[in-house]
Amino acid sequence: MLLEGKVFKYGDNVDTDVIIPARYLNTQDEKELALHCMEDIDINFAKQVKVGDIMVGGNNFGCGSSREHAPIAIKASGISIVIAKSFARIFYRNSINIGLAILECDKADKIQAGDLLSVDLDNGVIFNKTQNWEEKVPPFPEFIQNIIKNNGYINSIKKQLGGN
Amino acid sequence: MKGMTMTEKIIAKHCGLDYVSSGMLVMAKLDMILANDITAPLAIDEFEKAGFDSVFDKEKIALIMDHFVPCKDIKSAMQVQKTKNFASKIGIKHFYDIGVSGIEHSFLPEKGLVKAGDMIIGADSHTCTYGALGAFSSGVGSTDFAVAMRTGESWFKVPKSIKFELVGKPKKGICGKDIILYIIGMIGVEGARYCSMEFTGEGLKHLNMSDRFTIANMAVEAGAKNGIFEVDEITHEYLKEHCSEKYSVEVADSDAVYFKSYTIDLSKIDYCVAFPHLPENIKNPSEWGNIKINQVVIGSCTNGRYEDMCAAAAILKDKKVADGVKCIIIPATQGIYLKCIQNGLMEIFIKAGAVVSTPTCGPCLGGFMGILADGEKCVSTTNRNFVGRMGHINSEIYLASPAVAAASSILGRLATPEEI
Repeated sequence: MLLEGKVFKYGDNVDTDVIIPARYLNTQDEKELALHCMEDIDINFAKQVKVGDIMVGGNNFGCGSSREHAPIAIKASGISIVIAKSFARIFYRNSINIGLAILECDKADKIQAGDLLSVDLDNGVIFNKTQNWEEKVPPFPEFIQNIIKNNGYINSIKKQLGGN
Repeated sequence: MKGMTMTEKIIAKHCGLDYVSSGMLVMAKLDMILANDITAPLAIDEFEKAGFDSVFDKEKIALIMDHFVPCKDIKSAMQVQKTKNFASKIGIKHFYDIGVSGIEHSFLPEKGLVKAGDMIIGADSHTCTYGALGAFSSGVGSTDFAVAMRTGESWFKVPKSIKFELVGKPKKGICGKDIILYIIGMIGVEGARYCSMEFTGEGLKHLNMSDRFTIANMAVEAGAKNGIFEVDEITHEYLKEHCSEKYSVEVADSDAVYFKSYTIDLSKIDYCVAFPHLPENIKNPSEWGNIKINQVVIGSCTNGRYEDMCAAAAILKDKKVADGVKCIIIPATQGIYLKCIQNGLMEIFIKAGAVVSTPTCGPCLGGFMGILADGEKCVSTTNRNFVGRMGHINSEIYLASPAVAAASSILGRLATPEEI
């Protein structure tokens, strides 16, 4: 799976309250959630993001609540993958479960807003086209890649069970 | 083969193995799973999308309506309706709406639905609260909950364990909230990321169950997968009072492997307040300065128990909330609410000029019932002080104990109980 897009860059400890504020948690509609994604720290994100773009954070990305609405909002906004130095555990698990690609990368802080990245998910390679460097990261095991390819855990289980 | 920690022993038992160690991927059976009015509707969508039509055990699923209740708007009413209809269609026994329950993490232990030795997941990050009872308990998202409703199992990576040896006796007025804020200040908001926080030591005897629930509750604010307390006489007493089922006690082996160990001298801990905008941003009274406040919130799954109400009442008795300060008190469950009425706490609160709400998570997550305006500052006994968490992005949250929050409401600034 090859992803390519422009970078939206954020800092350390991006929490799920800023990814999608609780005042919007009275809906499960992903398009509505996407409209408010990141608005408390970046009011322009939802307006500027294009399908395929890439979100980059620092340490402990996605800390805070267990709301699955957070990765759903990011994915529905068009973001193809989130790259961070490290992720909070519930967010990490939720992202995989809903089929949002995420990768840990030690060099995440070197990536700048607006950089053009291409990511080879199968082999774990991040190529920064703007800065012209490449970083290898541990790729997901096959079963997790399958969850992402099948657009989430539920779809992947459904397929496994032959439609059940 | 090395010894095991409390967490490892519970996980091993629930995946049918004699031995597990950190890093192993396992599939474990679950004793109780839960979701609320925000996370259940999303899980129900996933459950139905998968074509599931039955659950693993109708008595091991709890659906608690607590975040936006009594429903704040049409959309949140629809979420509760959807969950209620689902529970009724499937025949889920433990569906709880307003009038009977309260905030999930206070209500389930009170009701005896969670106990020592259990393996629990919940679609709410503060599910780690039940570790206070000696259970393995961890927050997950709606999809994990949806799958677990069908299968009764979930996969886990066995976490590394961090040992917190508690020694000494806390000073007067210092409670579980100060202790966990102190620890988060020390190790940081990702200090226990992916790890289990294991609380043990002779200092435990000075911590009542309410203190322990508060401490385990905020393990997630240090990034932990779970927090767990050694079971002792205080735990047994609590379980005897609340739970009629048999439970199992897991004790860490003397040669258990810990990723890190800390000794915490409880007698050295002062009042702790987390300044905006991270729970690790801890300051003691000498560093507080003159922080004028607009609002105080006393409640939540962190500090809405009866002991917390008593701590606040002891300070508010015969006093007045400062002019211009809004003081909102929210007992966490119907049971606690009733006890506050029976024992005269409600009169103290009302006479002081506080408002008392029926149980809800409400303002803690900026849902309703106390939203902050531009520039407003709030001393709150809740668990997170992120940007915009309780309202406007320019508002500020100071996380504190019920005693500090109550004292602050009287003086209109961040204050210690001794100043009253």
